[in-house]
Amino acid sequence: MPVRDTVLSLTGVNKRFGAVQVLTDIHLEVTAGEVVALVGDNGAGKSTLVKIICGVYQPDGGEISFAGLNMTVGGPSEAQALGIATVFQDLALCDNLDVVANLFLGQEKHHGVVLDEVEMEKESWRLLRTLSAKIPSVRIPIAALSGGQRQTVAIARSLVGAPKLVMLDEPTAALGVAQTAEVLNLIERLRANGLAVIVISHNMADVQAVADRVVVLRLGRNAADFKVAEVTTERLVAAITGASDNVVAARAERRAAGDEAGHETPREGEASS
Amino acid sequence: MTEVKSTTGEADPTLATGVSSDLADERLIQTQGLAGYGRLFLNRLKGGDLGSLPVVVGLLIISVVFASLEPRFLSSFTIMNILQFAAPVGIISLGIVLVLLLGEIDLSVGSVSGLAAATMAVLVVNQGWSITLAMVAAVAVGLVIGSGYALLYTRIGVPSFVFSLAGLLGFQGALLYVLGSDGTINLPDESWLVQFARFKFVTGLPSYLLVVLIAVGYFAAQYYGIQRRRSADLSAPSLTMVGIRTGLLGLGLLALVWYLQQGQGRGVGYLVLLFAALVVLMDLVLRKSRWGRHVFAVGGNVEAARRSGIKVDRVYFSVFALCSMLAALGGLMAAAQLTSVSQSSGTTDTNLTAIAAAVIGGTSLFGGRGSAYAALLGILVLQAITSGLNIIGVDSSVRFMVTGGVLLLAIAIDSVSRRARSSSGRG
Repeated sequence: MPVRDTVLSLTGVNKRFGAVQVLTDIHLEVTAGEVVALVGDNGAGKSTLVKIICGVYQPDGGEISFAGLNMTVGGPSEAQALGIATVFQDLALCDNLDVVANLFLGQEKHHGVVLDEVEMEKESWRLLRTLSAKIPSVRIPIAALSGGQRQTVAIARSLVGAPKLVMLDEPTAALGVAQTAEVLNLIERLRANGLAVIVISHNMADVQAVADRVVVLRLGRNAADFKVAEVTTERLVAAITGASDNVVAARAERRAAGDEAGHETPREGEASS
Repeated sequence: MTEVKSTTGEADPTLATGVSSDLADERLIQTQGLAGYGRLFLNRLKGGDLGSLPVVVGLLIISVVFASLEPRFLSSFTIMNILQFAAPVGIISLGIVLVLLLGEIDLSVGSVSGLAAATMAVLVVNQGWSITLAMVAAVAVGLVIGSGYALLYTRIGVPSFVFSLAGLLGFQGALLYVLGSDGTINLPDESWLVQFARFKFVTGLPSYLLVVLIAVGYFAAQYYGIQRRRSADLSAPSLTMVGIRTGLLGLGLLALVWYLQQGQGRGVGYLVLLFAALVVLMDLVLRKSRWGRHVFAVGGNVEAARRSGIKVDRVYFSVFALCSMLAALGGLMAAAQLTSVSQSSGTTDTNLTAIAAAVIGGTSLFGGRGSAYAALLGILVLQAITSGLNIIGVDSSVRFMVTGGVLLLAIAIDSVSRRARSSSGRG
């Protein structure tokens, strides 16, 4: 595997809201062509971290370097200009506009004052094909699309400005089985196109299916950093909850041990002990 | 019949089938030829995408009913009158369409139109200004009012319903204040504005040339669009379809222009031309410009528009300002048509007629859906009802009730088609 460039690197990032220290000394590194999953319990600071990277919040301390340059992101539009694209959980699409209009919303191509619909439509098809996306027509309103197709449009839209880093906030949260598979497939496509990807997810199965690395946050601190190939769901859950002797994990381990020993292990024994 | 293709989509399907690249998806129903377009049209109707069909049908029904009661209804003179009287309120209604597209409302357009007319009349008659300068000042009054509304909305967050209700009352007071003790001011008959609104008509050769020009322009624009889409390997409507549409448009307009010059008709009024030009211009701007796209986006989902970098406040500002300016312009035209400004200018039913016209024409009250043609069609329906009832000699009490009924019917149709749209995925 070739040596890949580090796209984003965070060192010692801190963030406070009033009396609450939301993020403490966060380190994070993402390289090109890598999918990093950001997991953690509610309140672990995932969303705050993403908002700092995409420029919605300013960090109180620490360094962020993007594509090898130290950066201070002034706002979301500056982050976009730098090449950081974010797909928010609610997708932020306009239901009444068609796919083309949504893809280029706010950055329409135009000839003088007139919109260049032909150019935008061509570019839309190119973007959707790089994602191998299955959208029947780009001239139907978003309201006519399924949840997975909307997610596809939102992801395709993040690619309009040729970004280096794409961040996805809970991309599979509201989707069915087939649609989730479709979106995971898209994330792999992003990786294949050499982009750095950060995915926030609560779904361990999705994380293990698509990510290369899993970064666990707990109470605003780096709790763990796993390579997906070397981690089990139990260890992930343990890192997220912060208790390796967690009752759930312990019971699961006991059960696994029991399974290995043979199915004759009487369940009553466990209950009575 | 349906060939099952590999779902991975790696191979470019256009190479195999020779279909335009945007129609390559196997799930897309192909439409070819006239029958295809007919089927597409029927499917859209079934899906609740009625467009302007209900209004057009309504207009036809109104015409048939009144014509059977009183044949004079379809005389060239009456039709000309309907068009002439529809224009001023239609111009006001055009601004309402814009505001409704954002999902907001402006209840004060009538009062603003009256105030603008009074401002102009006082400046011209009492202060001796030139009519053109006074008109500019009056439209500037609209601009100031609209800007004030936009500031109230974007900076303080007052709902548009409330500040425009305040404006409805406040500017009616301002109208009385500006008129002072005069009560009524008559505009000089010889001023170009009155001439423009009452006595200028396009007739004969120029009128027919204008129609030909419009048809040729339409065809040229469509042809250019088709060529560009073809060269980009995208599907394009067939030239035959465009030819048929151009023919229908040209012949329809020719017939109308010709008919308006028969009998007592005097041709197409300048005022009507101004209104039509404004409608077409507004439609083009809404559909083809970035600003228009942003108006629809803000009306559809403000938060999404904001996050995609659209300067949402500017969109609100421009729309409220344009709405009040169009209201002012409409007020000036109404005053010119009546050759006077009185204490009742713009106060009686101008407000509600303008708003009802936009809604009857098919503009959604919930934002993000509608077109400039809604103002044209809606005001034609309302004016046809008014003129028709006048001709058959019915009291204005009945007119208000009928107008109310039509408004209710229009909203009911919109609500039903909304339900059909959401169940068939057309939003």
